[in-house]
Amino acid sequence: MNPTIRKFSFHLFVAGFALIMIYPIVWTIVSSVKPESEIFRKATSLIPSEILFENYASGWAGFGSFSFGLFFKNSAFVTSMVVIGALISSSLVAFGFARLQFRYKKLMFACLLATIMLPMQVTLIPQYILFDKLGWINTFYPLIVPAFLGGIPFFIFLMIQFIRGIPRELDEAAVIDGCSTFGIFWRIILPLCTPALVTVAIFGFMWTWDDFLTPLIYLNDTELYTVALGLKMFADPSSVTAWGPMFAMSVLSLLPQFIVFLIFQKYLVEGISTTGLKG
Amino acid sequence: MNGESQVVTNNGAIQKKIKPMTWQSDLKRNIVGYAFISPWLIGFIGYILGPMIASLYLSFTDYDLLSSPTWIGAENYINLFTNDERFWTALKVTFVFVFISVPLKLAFALFVAMLFNKDYRGVGVYRTIYYVPSIIGGSVAVAVMWRELFGMNGPVNALLKLFGIQSSNWVANPDTALSTLILLVIWQFGSPMLIFLAGLKQIPKELYEAAAVDGANKVHQFFKITIPMLTPIIFFNLVMQMINGFMTFTQSFLVTQGGPMDRTLFYAVYLYEKAFAHFQMGYASAMAWILLIIVATFTAIIFKSSSSWVYYESEGGK
Repeated sequence: MNPTIRKFSFHLFVAGFALIMIYPIVWTIVSSVKPESEIFRKATSLIPSEILFENYASGWAGFGSFSFGLFFKNSAFVTSMVVIGALISSSLVAFGFARLQFRYKKLMFACLLATIMLPMQVTLIPQYILFDKLGWINTFYPLIVPAFLGGIPFFIFLMIQFIRGIPRELDEAAVIDGCSTFGIFWRIILPLCTPALVTVAIFGFMWTWDDFLTPLIYLNDTELYTVALGLKMFADPSSVTAWGPMFAMSVLSLLPQFIVFLIFQKYLVEGISTTGLKG
Repeated sequence: MNGESQVVTNNGAIQKKIKPMTWQSDLKRNIVGYAFISPWLIGFIGYILGPMIASLYLSFTDYDLLSSPTWIGAENYINLFTNDERFWTALKVTFVFVFISVPLKLAFALFVAMLFNKDYRGVGVYRTIYYVPSIIGGSVAVAVMWRELFGMNGPVNALLKLFGIQSSNWVANPDTALSTLILLVIWQFGSPMLIFLAGLKQIPKELYEAAAVDGANKVHQFFKITIPMLTPIIFFNLVMQMINGFMTFTQSFLVTQGGPMDRTLFYAVYLYEKAFAHFQMGYASAMAWILLIIVATFTAIIFKSSSSWVYYESEGGK
């Protein structure tokens, strides 16, 4: 085949398939600005007769006294706390494993690796019972506290790998200059870890923002609902009547993830390619 | 300084002096080390190990959260295997889901990764577009989207109608509901694709050139170079996707609610129902342990078999 034809057929095929790939998302976005009557009557059409933002206004108003703004506020709070917790705990623990010597380190490391692949269902029930005994059901604590306790072992593993790549001579020079262990961590290692910290923050955000199971189990009051739960309530098949606002809020709930993806695409792609982190 | 001068004067004295010092520094080193890993260690003991032991104990009890657990021996396990038809349904559905969706997803991811392993202009943009569905993973919005897309009046049916194909509600039809969910997870093939792509870029070009000189065509090259060189990555993707497959929850819970007629009753959904709708915590714990054993068994099988099909360059390729 001649290279030009080859190139052309490549683009034709890949671009055509790209349309199929993003069609569901485009359809949802278009449906969110369509007049209510058109969403299913002209289901395949991607061009609305007029563009309406009413769906967004009425969706945002939510139901009863609960606006979607509240759910976004809750999600933003939980997600930022989880990211902060993951950054602090994963960097501290990773430094310990990568640079310090202590007894039973190998055993501890083996435990860390084992937990990476542990199905969450196994600990789900006793964790629920534990949080129930602590009186934490219907609070944000079960969603946030685990992140501060190294709850996502993959992040620790990622940071360990990164710190191991930093030359030890830097630590040794700092020791000679009279730096304490914490000083080495804080002043030498941590600033050099920025790329790994960014990766942890992005994945922490992505996973927490659209997490559904944890809030579903622990949060009962509508007041505390995250975006995922609010949307679920909104889209309950037995009660849904307002399709337009439902699509509008679906789009809005995905927006933060899209924005983060577009800005930090490089980190995400690298994070997945090099460590196999699930996106 | 003090210690050093003693080395010169009295050999016996330093022995005594240094020993407590190393012991002290040893202790200090351990304290500092454990201080750094303490967040994880506390979490591991309190949040993983403790709960696992508790869960194993609870699986032999009858527990409803209100009264204290009563020991009933292996009754939960016996009931599950002999007396619970829905447990077998959930197992069957989950196995079908995992064994169809994981290979298809990986094959598709590899196919697309090979397409993108070119220097054509615009490949970066395509890669982004193909990855977009995977960003939003298991979110509620995606589940809602899928439900309406394949619903009675959704665009999929509208499109089929144009070709004169009899429409049905894909999500509510017992024969198609599971396929709809399988399609959903295959659609999100982005992560394995990126991992494959990174792997493909590592394969030395000389291998292909040498093979071409020897007269190997593209198909030969694919089976004799690409696949063997990628086996460590296929292995990794297989393990990760399989574990995730067994734990799939949101898609079934939100798109089909486990229905119609339990045709999409995923194991994780049934476990959730037992634990958090019926509050049969002991029974659900037994289910969780059976899941762990299933996942561990399959992981072990893949690991064991890997020596015969995974190629590691550093070992000279066995």
